[in-house]
Amino acid sequence: MTARRKITLDRRKVVSRILKDRGELLLVTGLGAPTWDAASVEDNPNNFYLWGGMGGAVLTGLGLALAQPKRRVLVITGDGEMLMGVGGLATVAVQKPSNLAICIVDNQRYGETGMQETHTAHGVDLAAMAAGAGFQTTSTVYTSAELNTAIPVLYNEPGPVFVDVKITAVEQPMTLPPRDGPTLKHRFRENLLGSI
Amino acid sequence: MVNKKSKTWHWSQDVHQLFKKIGIKQIAYVPDGGLAKLLERVQADKSMRSVVLTTEEEGVAQMAGAWLGGQRGVLLTQSGGVGNCINMLSMMQECRIPLLSLVSMRGEWGEQYPWQVPMGQSTIPALEAAKVIVHHVDQAEKVPETVAAAAKLAFDANRAVAVVLSQRIAGSGGQG
Repeated sequence: MTARRKITLDRRKVVSRILKDRGELLLVTGLGAPTWDAASVEDNPNNFYLWGGMGGAVLTGLGLALAQPKRRVLVITGDGEMLMGVGGLATVAVQKPSNLAICIVDNQRYGETGMQETHTAHGVDLAAMAAGAGFQTTSTVYTSAELNTAIPVLYNEPGPVFVDVKITAVEQPMTLPPRDGPTLKHRFRENLLGSI
Repeated sequence: MVNKKSKTWHWSQDVHQLFKKIGIKQIAYVPDGGLAKLLERVQADKSMRSVVLTTEEEGVAQMAGAWLGGQRGVLLTQSGGVGNCINMLSMMQECRIPLLSLVSMRGEWGEQYPWQVPMGQSTIPALEAAKVIVHHVDQAEKVPETVAAAAKLAFDANRAVAVVLSQRIAGSGGQG
């Protein structure tokens, strides 16, 4: 477990800074607030939002990263969603996808069910779990300066990369992107592949 | 085509060749005795990526990502693993993402290990409750054609399909 530090970063500002110069990035977001954070920046056709399938964001990212080895794939998800599929870190680490990055927006809460504490509020260290699984590049971000260092890592370091960004447990207004499953699938595939 | 009356023929040969023919690029699996020969073949094939999972639901999500990225995959699982997949299958149904899965049965034909029976007997009802189309096959000779039909239903008609291989084909298995 790492030492506890003061949490000051705002989730919307964090996600906005990460996605500001995204280029050709392919983005998968986990259910709940990470989906709204990404949508609040821009409803981009290179975004695939999970509205369910809790625990599946990282593995959706792995399948996509293996299918598109020349494209950078970023998964942005929450701490609760990551914890539900935490074994997936081992699966990803074994595959070593060089184009996959995972970013946790970690408010130490289950936001959609009433802000109950997750395990990370009690010292569980997701970056250490990723490192234990075999990720070569991991970090936990608490400050704006640390975020500045982490963003190029998410885009450029050989993957798999894991960054846990500690954010304040403040609810933000919902920004709702489309949630019809076939619409999201068709849009993503048509934009990426030229056909649905 | 291999002579199916040959004593050396095994359904996994034809299924592996089918996978190549229809462009399967990702294999997601948790090791299983009933699927061992097929797993050996696909693992040795450099044209497809084999991904070992910690739990089968990871494979459902991986198949969704593969499809989003333009690749076809297959999820290989023992019947026990079906129970691990139920919530994740909602993604395939809701987004109408194709899923081709081969499910090797336990807890069914000639089972001697009691702890396999509950999930084995729940496998097909659970798949059907999750709106996965089930093709049950209990003769080795019919496995390749059944997988071929299931692949069309999955990838051409955008459906989640499971080919459930009877324990009559795979054998009674070990203790696991």
